[in-house]
Amino acid sequence: MATFTREEIEHLADLARIALTDEEITRMQSELNAVADAIDEVQKVATDDVPPTANPVPLEAYLRPDVAATPLTQEEALAGAPRDRPGHVRRPADPGRVIHEQRH
Amino acid sequence: MSNATELVKLSAAQMAEKIRSKEVSSRELTQAHLDVIEAAEPTVNAFLHVSDKEALAQADAFDKKLAEGDTEGLPELAGVPIAIKDMIVTKGIPTTAASKILEGWVPPYDATVIEKIKAAGMPILGKTNLDEFAQGSSTEHSAFGNTHNPWDATRVPGGSGGGSASAVGSYEAPLALGTDTGGSIRQPGAFTGTVGVKPTYGGVSRYGAIAMASSLDQIGPCGRTVLDTALLHEVIGGNDRRDSTSIPAPVPPVAAAAREGLKRDLKGVRVGLIKEIGGEGFEAGVAARFNEAVKLLESMGAEVKEVSLPHLPYSLGAYYIIMPSEVSSNLARYDGMRYGLRVMPPAGVPQTSANMMAYTREAGFGDEVKRRIILGTYALSAGYYDAWYGSAQKVRTLVIDDFNKAFEQVDVLVSPTAPSTAFHFGEKTSDPLSMYLGDVATIPANMAGVPAMSIPCGLSDNGMPVGFQFFAPQRHDEAMYKPAAALEAALEEQWGGNILTKMATPWLNA
Repeated sequence: MATFTREEIEHLADLARIALTDEEITRMQSELNAVADAIDEVQKVATDDVPPTANPVPLEAYLRPDVAATPLTQEEALAGAPRDRPGHVRRPADPGRVIHEQRH
Repeated sequence: MSNATELVKLSAAQMAEKIRSKEVSSRELTQAHLDVIEAAEPTVNAFLHVSDKEALAQADAFDKKLAEGDTEGLPELAGVPIAIKDMIVTKGIPTTAASKILEGWVPPYDATVIEKIKAAGMPILGKTNLDEFAQGSSTEHSAFGNTHNPWDATRVPGGSGGGSASAVGSYEAPLALGTDTGGSIRQPGAFTGTVGVKPTYGGVSRYGAIAMASSLDQIGPCGRTVLDTALLHEVIGGNDRRDSTSIPAPVPPVAAAAREGLKRDLKGVRVGLIKEIGGEGFEAGVAARFNEAVKLLESMGAEVKEVSLPHLPYSLGAYYIIMPSEVSSNLARYDGMRYGLRVMPPAGVPQTSANMMAYTREAGFGDEVKRRIILGTYALSAGYYDAWYGSAQKVRTLVIDDFNKAFEQVDVLVSPTAPSTAFHFGEKTSDPLSMYLGDVATIPANMAGVPAMSIPCGLSDNGMPVGFQFFAPQRHDEAMYKPAAALEAALEEQWGGNILTKMATPWLNA
């Protein structure tokens, strides 16, 4: 049976890139444990001889015709981004960024 | 506004007829709905954004085409306005998924269904409220306030598509689009006395539908009659090469099936009562209306028998593994980098991209979304993947097998849409598990990819609408439209009109 420890939720929040507050972690711990109990029962019927299904309506993969289409313009594609220079997205100044820029 | 009041109470099919006969213009019809929206919004709050100027411009463009005799080949619903769940992207019209993380975002492209709606000359009235990223069953998880049930403003409209259902139920819009991942079209339909359809998975393109759980998500129609939803289903359905899960086949003949059903002859139609849905946990008023409706199906000639789908009880648990797993993956894109909200870390915390993402997502996502992302991140992590995600995908195989076997014996399956009628605000928000259990009857269709729909079948003891659900085999959506339309016609004869005529509409008399 799955049980969520506080440390585990902190780790998951870090993996998921969400800066949860202490209060949120406490609340989520009890809520997730209740959900996890309910979910555990699926393992009763998921035996080795049952194949998994990813897509409920299986289709043959196909390639679409190679036809040129007009994509978004750079202006349209960047319209929602924080910007201070044309054609650029403004991002935080991470360590290592300077080296990265010098490479170009 | 009495003429306008009569107009907005028509079915979408009747409105379309008046447009074709030039009794009314698309502009007049669109304006009449914009007037209702203005009068009703203080009560229902179904819309996040009303695109009045765009809607009137689209109506004028259609009216011009009609005057010039240039409407050849347009669908029957041409000129009839529609509301769009704010989970579907609309070029130039803000799209938020009811999340602070997308507040103010204006998409640079249209979803395929929006292109089809525009090509059909159907004016877009605005964007409707929902649970944030379609995650919830009451619309209480919207970042932008509650939508109220038009039958009783102290109750929820269901969710996640509470806005679309309330807009249609309150006559703000004759039609709406929804998205259904675990019941988000059908359960709000049940709660508001309207019709909601989840087509076969892959039957309607998901290109431009904001992704929640990609193997479960499906766009579908909301309306006040079975025929109206069928007509809209035909407008939006069909193959789209921009969606790799889109079925490469034409839309099934759903409108013809609905019209066939209006004849109320169900001889030879085999109806299966799902043994595993009902009983404990289902309100007495829901069970009573459901059983009466089954009797009506029998009285029209349908053969009714009980059918067992033994693995159905496991589908809820499997859904709560698959759905959050896919949510955690799909919502990874909201990182504050290229669009949407950006929140920098507080002073003292390194101002890195990773920390910016963590503080942006902390500020931008609500409780329910965070809960599902954390649960999904867990289910997909090394060491747990096989036990959780792998097991859930096996359950999915078992549920699909159950449906296949059932459809060897019957043409459609039926159940109540939800265990209860619309509940009061706050009743379930503190207990996520009880909210999840309310989706027990709708989730199996998403797990199996089969089409399903909810139609109103009467009022419970508390005066709130009850939903009746039909399921059909994959790719045979038409199979459920015929008995649904027949049942609707038989019920409306008993009621003396559409169920919504029993609802008080003070906003229409203002």
